[in-house]
Amino acid sequence: MSDFPWLLTMIAVPAVGGAVVAALPRGRDAQAKVVALAVSLVVLVLAVLATVAFDVGGERFQLATSVSWIPAFGVDFALGVDGIALVMLLLIGVLVPVVVVASWRDTGPGGRPMKAYFAWLLVLEAMMVGVFVATDVFLFYVFFEAMLVPMYFIIGSFGGPRRQYAAVKFFLYSLLGGLVMLASVIGLYVVSNSQLGEGTFAFDALRQLEIDPGVQKLLFLGFFIAFAIKAPLVPFHTWLPDSGAEAPIGGGVLLVGVLDKVGTFGFIRYCLPLFPDAARDFAPYVLVLAVLGIGYAALLAMGQSDLKRLVTYTSIAHFGFIALGVFAFTTEGGTGAVLYMVNHGISTGLLFLVVGMLIARGGSRQIGDYGGVATKAPLLAGVLLVAGLASLALPGTNSFVSEFLVLIGSFPTWPVATVLATVGIVLAALYVLLMVQRTMHGPARGLVLEKPGAFRDLGRRELVVVAPLIALVIGLGVYPQPLLALIDPAVAATMVDVGSDPAGTEPVTAEPTSEQGAD
Amino acid sequence: MGPIQAPSLSLAALAPLLLVFGAAAIGVLVEAFAPRAVRHPVQVALALVGTVGAFLATLLLAVDGTEEVTAAGALAVDGAGLFLQATIAGLGALSVLLFAERGLDPARSSFVAAAAVPAGSPRDRELLTSERVQTEVYPLAVFAVGGMMLFVTANDLLVMFIALEVLSLPLYLISGLARRRRLLSQEAAVKYFLLGAFASAFFLYGLALVYGATGTIRLSGIRESVTTEGTGTLLVLGLGLLVVGLLFKASVAPFHTWTPDVYQGAPTPVTAFMAACTKVAAFGAILRLLYVAFGTADWTWRPIVYGIAIVSMLVGAVLGLTQTDVKRMLAYSSIAHAGFLLTGVIGLGGGTGSGLAATLFYLLAYGLTTLGAFAVVTLVRDGDGEATHLSQWAGLATRSPLTAGIMAFLLLALAGIPLTSGFTGKFAVFRAAIEVGAWPLAVIALVASAVAAFFYLRLIVLMYFSDPAVDGATVGVPGLPTTIVLAVTVAATLVLGVVPGSVLDLADRAATLVG
Repeated sequence: MSDFPWLLTMIAVPAVGGAVVAALPRGRDAQAKVVALAVSLVVLVLAVLATVAFDVGGERFQLATSVSWIPAFGVDFALGVDGIALVMLLLIGVLVPVVVVASWRDTGPGGRPMKAYFAWLLVLEAMMVGVFVATDVFLFYVFFEAMLVPMYFIIGSFGGPRRQYAAVKFFLYSLLGGLVMLASVIGLYVVSNSQLGEGTFAFDALRQLEIDPGVQKLLFLGFFIAFAIKAPLVPFHTWLPDSGAEAPIGGGVLLVGVLDKVGTFGFIRYCLPLFPDAARDFAPYVLVLAVLGIGYAALLAMGQSDLKRLVTYTSIAHFGFIALGVFAFTTEGGTGAVLYMVNHGISTGLLFLVVGMLIARGGSRQIGDYGGVATKAPLLAGVLLVAGLASLALPGTNSFVSEFLVLIGSFPTWPVATVLATVGIVLAALYVLLMVQRTMHGPARGLVLEKPGAFRDLGRRELVVVAPLIALVIGLGVYPQPLLALIDPAVAATMVDVGSDPAGTEPVTAEPTSEQGAD
Repeated sequence: MGPIQAPSLSLAALAPLLLVFGAAAIGVLVEAFAPRAVRHPVQVALALVGTVGAFLATLLLAVDGTEEVTAAGALAVDGAGLFLQATIAGLGALSVLLFAERGLDPARSSFVAAAAVPAGSPRDRELLTSERVQTEVYPLAVFAVGGMMLFVTANDLLVMFIALEVLSLPLYLISGLARRRRLLSQEAAVKYFLLGAFASAFFLYGLALVYGATGTIRLSGIRESVTTEGTGTLLVLGLGLLVVGLLFKASVAPFHTWTPDVYQGAPTPVTAFMAACTKVAAFGAILRLLYVAFGTADWTWRPIVYGIAIVSMLVGAVLGLTQTDVKRMLAYSSIAHAGFLLTGVIGLGGGTGSGLAATLFYLLAYGLTTLGAFAVVTLVRDGDGEATHLSQWAGLATRSPLTAGIMAFLLLALAGIPLTSGFTGKFAVFRAAIEVGAWPLAVIALVASAVAAFFYLRLIVLMYFSDPAVDGATVGVPGLPTTIVLAVTVAATLVLGVVPGSVLDLADRAATLVG
């Protein structure tokens, strides 16, 4: 069973599905949705089966497939997963079907057929899987850039009023970062050529290079800038609020839920193991950005009057935590960061979806237009509260476990930064609860009075959308151990690559933490 | 049309050239003696036989591994030369197909019926709707193809100059043959001619200086002289002037000022032909000159080429942002790409780098993509001919999803997005540059790529994300020739992006220049 090319299938199935949806004749939106849902569920099943086939105690990269792709460049089509990539695959597997169902009733601006939307969604899923499972740096880069195209069309064709601006801004920011990374990718190749006598992009070969410190710094910066834009870290973040706010809800969920994780995934997969010395040298500066980002984005989130922009700013604040965990150079920190990536995808995804449901009812993104929604739609209000609490990392929700791990992991290395970051938690409570209070509670006002019929409670389809995510929020909040068991060895291996981490070789210390999380 | 049974080997090596020039010469006779009614099909067939035949002949020669200096040392038929000849002949054949399209314009051709009639005169208005078809373009274009193929195999400066003229003169003429917007087209032709003549003079002067310094015009002789006697001021000055002449043809900034005007004014099939084939030919000659004659003294040209590459990338990328006409935008894109190509030339690194193979591949990939993009431009029309203003492309995707899709794909390729040939080519040239230590140049090139991506994206935004304009353009239904061109260019752009291995190997094996 482990010989089955799980990863290749997980890329091929949505890619072919996307092509099939695109090839449907005009006006077949209904069939497009069904195909998209079926394909995304197949991918979810594949992700689960791949997880079953994955041997937690085994080699670092498993389920590997490798064929020579462009021999002239020494490029292999090499796929493989470690625990970190695997949990991201599970996240993708869960989020895409949820997004498909959430977008079931969407209509394109100007009556555009939604067929193209579902086609792009599936193509995007293929690219997202590819970017996490590539074990060849060139292949990673290809997916990293190619991923922009479907998201560009999703935002540009199906987004809000300023979608053209947002789509182009998104594309150019990411492309610029990607191209800077390309210079480093080629640089790595040249270094490998001089050290190994044969240029290669294979991750396993590259991480054993001994790169000259000066060169290492330059190459690190190339990768770092790309990932910092993608993540995004303050001050590279300005594209995200625009893109997130203008994207259709489904696209927005994948944008903040998965696409941005590629940045933090890149930190831990590429920046740390390939350039350990440079990563250590630059870590203090990264930490400054991370802590600044936590505070700055939290303050901006409080000041937002636009619901979707608010959610994107909360994400930027959370990415600060993830960066803090990654650059703490401890296994707890790293494990916490990866778990945070998954949990953030779930909780922010949920928040984005619920906010989307609210906007779909009221037709406005302004917080000030709502008030007292809870009187009309108590379920909606309840789900928003759960999503908000998960987002502010209340104990008992999934985010708490990861936030706590990050903080205890980074405290030994960066005490000051950790203490400052903790302030961000307080701010998070403020912006989330204020938003919930203003829109949901108090007497009905604004649009709720103007369009009394519009604010129905959650329908059956909407419950199907939020139920799995709420289950995960609570489930992973109480019992994160299965995920931690997957993540921890991979992070530990990364810390060995970085070297000089005494905790790296020791077994997981996460079990007691998870119990604390359940308290 | 197999290879010509030749008594000596050198004739075999010349077969591609003989085929093309033969077809062109017969074309002139057809023009003089054949009745008007049959001229068009005969000329098209002849032009295709010449170019496709030359393409096949170069392939046969390449399979044989031909690598020789022939015609009394005037021509070097080697791996790189054959690769470039095949590229030019193939792209030339595709361009001829674009010329031959009769389904798009209501008057059945994009060329003026009688070029000598003054624009705007009563006779001109009469001819505007006449279905009389201009057929002189075919022999002229085939002559130009021949000149280009000679250009890239010229092993001595004088032959190179003659080839330069043979390829340029027909181009000057056919740039002025647009059926619509005739004044713009004639202005383009005059401008191209005057500036081109100026550039030729530079080249000739450089030739004279180099001859004065080394006593030879043979590239290998110059190399010998450079190696044994070193380089003096005279030689370096001569080299500089030669390079200016060549860079002009390659539309490299700061010698690019003609490019937007000529690209805009010339009939679009001709623009496609120039953008694809002239670029290949000019870079072929630049590679040969710098590699064969001055490869051992690369310090003489590296700093200049380095600087010019940066200027060209930045000028192309930045000025491209402000364009409102599709053809002018693609012209600036061509200037930016010329800069990227020069990064590959830098990657020659005195002959040890992978720059030669990378540049060959890039030329092929760029030529095909840009040809396809101009072919799409010929499809988008309004009552007045082609609709080249950007605003007229708004909402094209709702009118014709297929056309918009093809254009978006080609634009993404020009922007260098992975899984297209543009990315493979860029990767190859940047790798070559970084390998020889020119990483600052590569970083600038990458930033310029990001800037240039903006104007490609802008067109995609217009086509896909804007609502269709009320009086927007319509999309013509292409006939068989244009359909073939689009199919070939799109397929090639995709294949060279997804599975470029075999063509990269081919370029790698072809990357030898003899002298």
